Amino acid sequence: MAYSDKVVDHYENPRNVGTLDKSSGAVGTGLVGAPECGDVMRLQIRVNPQTQVIEDAKFKTFGCGSAIASSSLATEWVKGRTINQALTISNTDIVKELALPPVKIHCSVLAEDAIRAAIGDWKKKNGVADESPAEVAVAS
Amino acid sequence: MSLQNQNAIGHNGNGNGSNGAVAGTNSTGVVITHSTTPLPAGVHLPLYMDNHATTPLDPRVLEAMMPYFTGKFGNAASRNHQFGWEAEKAVEIAREQIAKLIGASAKEIIFTSGATESDNLALKGIAEMYRERGNHIITQVTEHKAILDTCKKLEKQGFRVTYLPVMADGLIDLDDLRRAIVTEGPEKTILVSIMFANNEIGVIQPIAEIGKICHEKGVLFHTDAVQAVGKVPVDVQSMNIDVLSISAHKLYGPKGVGALYVRRRNPRVQITEQINGGGHERGMRSGTLNVPGIVGLGAACEICMNEMAGEAVRETELRDYLRAKFEGALDYVHVNGNMEYHLPGNLNMSFVYVEGESLLMGINDIAVSSGSACTSATLEPSYVLKALGLGDDVAHSSIRFGLGRFNTRAEVDYVADKIIDVVRKLRELSPLYEMVQEGIDLTKIEWAAH
Repeated sequence: MAYSDKVVDHYENPRNVGTLDKSSGAVGTGLVGAPECGDVMRLQIRVNPQTQVIEDAKFKTFGCGSAIASSSLATEWVKGRTINQALTISNTDIVKELALPPVKIHCSVLAEDAIRAAIGDWKKKNGVADESPAEVAVAS
Repeated sequence: MSLQNQNAIGHNGNGNGSNGAVAGTNSTGVVITHSTTPLPAGVHLPLYMDNHATTPLDPRVLEAMMPYFTGKFGNAASRNHQFGWEAEKAVEIAREQIAKLIGASAKEIIFTSGATESDNLALKGIAEMYRERGNHIITQVTEHKAILDTCKKLEKQGFRVTYLPVMADGLIDLDDLRRAIVTEGPEKTILVSIMFANNEIGVIQPIAEIGKICHEKGVLFHTDAVQAVGKVPVDVQSMNIDVLSISAHKLYGPKGVGALYVRRRNPRVQITEQINGGGHERGMRSGTLNVPGIVGLGAACEICMNEMAGEAVRETELRDYLRAKFEGALDYVHVNGNMEYHLPGNLNMSFVYVEGESLLMGINDIAVSSGSACTSATLEPSYVLKALGLGDDVAHSSIRFGLGRFNTRAEVDYVADKIIDVVRKLRELSPLYEMVQEGIDLTKIEWAAH
């Protein structure tokens, strides 16, 4: 199967590979997928508690080239956005950007899940309610 | 150096010894590419190391075939002129060449379009012919789909099929076979079909023992010997094989031609034809013979006959060398399948914590096969590897190397170095590898299967 140039580029030069300290209160970690399905993504974000801006993002992925590219792209897209903005990233955006074929759509779904899981983890750690993140400022 | 560059996997100019191609322009203005890093002597890309899928045509085979495409184009069934006689003579020489390689007589060779047809003809033809005698067939779970899907069809027609499991090394348990054979009643076993050598993991089943058991119990024995014939000694007499499938393109012959050996005495095996027509091939397989293809199959068998012993030693050495390179350089690698009873040119290795398709993507100038089928909607890994008891995650991490007649030691070195390089880089990217390094037991994690 032929991969798109963008998938190849992310595969050959993956962005933001690495690990953040998952015990840090500022870090949210999302671990999605399963080894037996051939796809595991771990996406981590460091969030500024005042602005809720994602200041850093790292990933590691076990999976096919499209899975690696989807998670690499996700880290690029979430960096510099607020968590609310990051939550608007959908798998279809990833499919479009990487020109993923239908059999690889699950890779993009997994990347979206990873973003949501990482943000969810950060919110849980920081006592932020899911619906209205603005309350954080009030609570703290 | 940025983090991006440190983690670069690709084959273009990241100092991993590959041929980073650079576009340039010659005086005619045509865009050309040339290599920045010269390839080792004797290595040409793309590099083929997938000889279980198919083999290149041996130039000597092509030479033997050529006249039968042009001047000697006769129909082997034309009995009244020399064009026909010439074609028929060539076919009979090929029949002898094939028979000799497997210890059969020429009259026991039936030509087909390939091994899938041979397998279909053997199973369906025997099932139909011997239906009065019994309705039970025994095969095993790691057969090729040409056998498994044919068995599924026979089940729909009322036959009962037993699929023997395999042990962790890929071999069947002979006691399982003995227990499965039914010798009396309407459910009597009429046929056992066990492949000679597996196309994914290369293990060689105890064929002589299986043949002995079948003959003692009065059951016919078919073997799909596609991967074995021409690679390891096959003798239908001493191994008590009654019916055997052969493909030309797996032994450096042309695609689209195969053969079925059908025993003529002790016992005489009868097969109901599945294609009706002019009554060719003693009525078992109608259709004008593919004379150039058959000549090619014959020539390919003769070359194997002459060169097999030395070639098996050479390929076994190369395969063991390839394995040793991986095991010396990488942790968490292991071979799949019994390595004692094994095809010379096969190596099936799991590079744990690296997904097979991503590994293949990093070596896209090398042709090997992955145990992962992640491109399918089901995400199912190889059923053969799963039958060994491998977890899906390990099956997803497996690569099949198929060494053949034209592979060299320089190529093995190139492939090994390239794969080691890509595996290391992908493991830097693998959350599973990191977790295992930290001592986390991956089986204790509640994964969200998707």
